[in-house]
Amino acid sequence: MIPAQFDYQRATSAAEAISLIGQYGDEAKLLAGGHSLIPLMKLRLAQPSMLIDIGRITDLSYIKDAGEHIAIGALTRHMDVEKSEIVKQHVPLLAHAASHVGDAQVRHRGTIGGSLAHADSASDLPATTLALGATYVAQGPSGQRLIEAKDFYQGFLESALAADEMLVEIRIPKVGGGWSFQKFNRRAQDWAIVGVAAWRNGNNSGVALVNMGSTPILATSVSAALANGASIADAAELAANEAEPQSDLNASSEYRTHLAKVLVRRALEEASN
Amino acid sequence: MKVSITVNGEHTEHDVEPRTLLVHYIRETIGLTGTNIGCDTSSCGACTVHLNGEAVKSCTILAAQADGTQIVTIEGMSKNGVMHPMQQAFMENHGLQCGFCTPGMVMAAVGLLNENPNPTEDDIRLGLEGNLCRCTGYHNIVQSVLAAAKI
Repeated sequence: MIPAQFDYQRATSAAEAISLIGQYGDEAKLLAGGHSLIPLMKLRLAQPSMLIDIGRITDLSYIKDAGEHIAIGALTRHMDVEKSEIVKQHVPLLAHAASHVGDAQVRHRGTIGGSLAHADSASDLPATTLALGATYVAQGPSGQRLIEAKDFYQGFLESALAADEMLVEIRIPKVGGGWSFQKFNRRAQDWAIVGVAAWRNGNNSGVALVNMGSTPILATSVSAALANGASIADAAELAANEAEPQSDLNASSEYRTHLAKVLVRRALEEASN
Repeated sequence: MKVSITVNGEHTEHDVEPRTLLVHYIRETIGLTGTNIGCDTSSCGACTVHLNGEAVKSCTILAAQADGTQIVTIEGMSKNGVMHPMQQAFMENHGLQCGFCTPGMVMAAVGLLNENPNPTEDDIRLGLEGNLCRCTGYHNIVQSVLAAAKI
């Protein structure tokens, strides 16, 4: 399959990319690693007439210890997140989740910012950064603004990014404590039928669900119950309270709800050890 | 648009449409048909080549994105008629049946050993998760990679 025709420009800085996308408007899409966008373009589910390649903006590929949080450049590749000593030390949940994205070849190309901006509720990193209480830094024509992960996902493949904004940095708090990542799928490289990213540090916790609705879902009822002293088993029963799981070829809505409860229980047991 | 890509050490430069995929550049523009197109959806790994030394799926990369990079394909693995140790190991361990997945398997396996020179069997199975063999010949593929790691 070959994508429909488009024009191609390469941006050498975030400012240049934003200026270009302002110039071309809705007809343009930003291309980072391309491992979400190019498959959509082959299937004609996306048909931008202009691709702005941001893949070579090397100063947006970094991982820094910023004190309270880890700062990750939006164009950092999954493989670099997975192998980063800083990420492994301070937010091992994210390093582990990054290692579950696609396969090695995909992780050599795909970027964290690209995956989050694509806003696919079936992807691992949107839910993982949501569970961790991440803040995303978006840059537009008038400068930068911060968007909380919990405010970012607005619908199926829809984010809070304006048409002329791009993600430039992901900030992950050092939450500490234990963590777990549960991914239920039929084949190694598949998307999760249901996935759970969770961490727990005393009364504080974060639990988010993969593929349990049109957006990644923050299971706030579970965290609230744990904070009020509920047992893991009781808290896990609330796993799907915020979710609106869809039925598809892989699983019915009811089955997904059941899976979410089981996987949240397993995740909390692992994170509490 | 004009792209210049070094393929197997040789400079290539061609005028291509922006939508040209790297795998089509390799197979059709410069005529190296050892790299296969299987699923065309970045699932099967048959199109795996090395881009600046790393295994990637050339069906999901634009030739434009590879402009200025170093690409190595299966044709670049043997030197002066002598097979690469990974190719030799696949031959000696019956690591191929129909052979369709083999170029991608070899490229992914060489990439794997570049990053992890002493993998366990589990490391190899996980590391090759992005390459499918429809003959289901995984056992001997893993044996081949284990053998190549010892060379």
